[in-house]
Amino acid sequence: MFRNQYDTDVVTWSPQGRIHQIEYAMEAVKQGSASVGLKNKTHVVLATLKRAPSELSAYQRKVFKVDDHMGVAMSGLTSDGRSLCRYMRNECLNHRYVYESPMPTTRLVRQIADKAQVNTQRSWKRPYGVGLLTAGSDKTGPKLFYNCPSGNFYEYRAMAIGARSQAAKTYLERHFEAFDGCTVDELIRHALRALSASVTDGELTAANCTVALVGSDTPFVILEDDDLEPHVAAFKDQDDGADGGDAGEMAVDGQAAGAGEADDAAPMDT
Amino acid sequence: MLARPTSHSSALGPGCAGPSLANPVSFDAPPKHQAQQPTSGAAPFMVEPSALAHQGGGEPTKRTQVPYVTGTSVLGVTYKDGVLIASDTLGSYGSTKRYKSVARLKKVNASTIIGAGGELSDFQYIMTLLDELTTDDYCMDDGVVLSPREIYNYMTRVMYNRRNKMDPLWNSLVICGFQDGKPFLGTVGMIGTHYTDEHVATGFGNMLARPLFRERHHPDMSEAEATKLLHDALRVCYYRDKNSINKFQMAKATAEGVTISEPFSLETNWEYKHFRDPTLNAVGAW
Repeated sequence: MFRNQYDTDVVTWSPQGRIHQIEYAMEAVKQGSASVGLKNKTHVVLATLKRAPSELSAYQRKVFKVDDHMGVAMSGLTSDGRSLCRYMRNECLNHRYVYESPMPTTRLVRQIADKAQVNTQRSWKRPYGVGLLTAGSDKTGPKLFYNCPSGNFYEYRAMAIGARSQAAKTYLERHFEAFDGCTVDELIRHALRALSASVTDGELTAANCTVALVGSDTPFVILEDDDLEPHVAAFKDQDDGADGGDAGEMAVDGQAAGAGEADDAAPMDT
Repeated sequence: MLARPTSHSSALGPGCAGPSLANPVSFDAPPKHQAQQPTSGAAPFMVEPSALAHQGGGEPTKRTQVPYVTGTSVLGVTYKDGVLIASDTLGSYGSTKRYKSVARLKKVNASTIIGAGGELSDFQYIMTLLDELTTDDYCMDDGVVLSPREIYNYMTRVMYNRRNKMDPLWNSLVICGFQDGKPFLGTVGMIGTHYTDEHVATGFGNMLARPLFRERHHPDMSEAEATKLLHDALRVCYYRDKNSINKFQMAKATAEGVTISEPFSLETNWEYKHFRDPTLNAVGAW
């Protein structure tokens, strides 16, 4: 049942200098469906693939508004993510109450990281099983962060997490230099294109993905279904026939092979 | 011989014999400490018994019910490219000019200054709170610092929260700074009352200085004009406010940052007719 004798709790090191529980938690992020984030000079865009547990069910939401100037996209255990999101909403409200100003994104992300770190150093706890992409816009400009279950956090110009995210990452790495000068619509199109590289089955539609947007003069807004339809249509128009470009990338991606099994790994996965 | 029963209630102090202590006390049930009505009319020295009831007669909660070492008015005006605030440097002990070089204007961070009147120990406590915020900003090292308006809002919360605890911080604060290319000037009272304006004054200054400000202030005045206005207002405050001295500090917040001046004094003239004969037109004065 156990892979080895060093992975029963989060405070035990393996002789190789690894903490397996934390690595498993980071694996959980890779099993969740992909989330992409990228920014230009004024705005941040989040885009995610949603999963539906069955034919009959609705798609599970995984992008949440935290405050007018901030929101998160998550891959991994959505339940953990929602609990973190509730914490973030609370912190933003408290900050608004005390200072009457929006919470700086860097500060909140740091607090989340500190919270996650505590869970890696207590024997009776477990790490969060979720990766958070936080998009925020404050007086220091648009910001994109990734919070890892290990307690690490990173700032990015563009980032993709979750199942088959390597394909999306490859797209972002190829194009990120152009993002700064993009319009918001172009940025959304880049996000959809990056995301489409990570699609596991079927294709990207307005039903199975979510896009969110925040900027200096744009309060955080989530685009789904009808609101998203024009963007998906525009992206399809432009990319028709030119789609196969990144296929080679996907094939060499190690995670891509594992992602198929992950799909029916556990009902809690997103 | 039995020791005379004596109250050791810390609320009343030792040696205070109340009516219940006039009765002999059995050794089985030693007297319990409780707040008592003094035998002769000393109601003002009584601690409200209900206030002690829930504490089992322990130490009463200590609150600032009256300020001890106090500062007087703080004045502030905005001008074309910044804000100036000013105060004297006196810490009064009642009417005694007890401490004559207390800096009542303090830098909070690179863009904010706070000035305080009222209980100076409470102001020192406020500064520990604000220094903590500033230190946190520094430690975070992410380039985010609190703006003057955020500090102003924070102080309104602190002051109002303490008032709700029935334990107010006995201060009137002026908070000024430079934010988003504009001067910021606001004031917070001891119970959390707050407003921003183009010119503010606390305490006596509200009566003495603000009429001058209303007459002469305009938002696009130059620094020299603003300085002159503030000097004149300080002088009037010094003439009419007995709890003030002729030793002032002035602080400036502009786009370049904040500075607090060295203490200075102003030219005064006590030879005005009404200063020489103050009772001349004051019926009933002596």
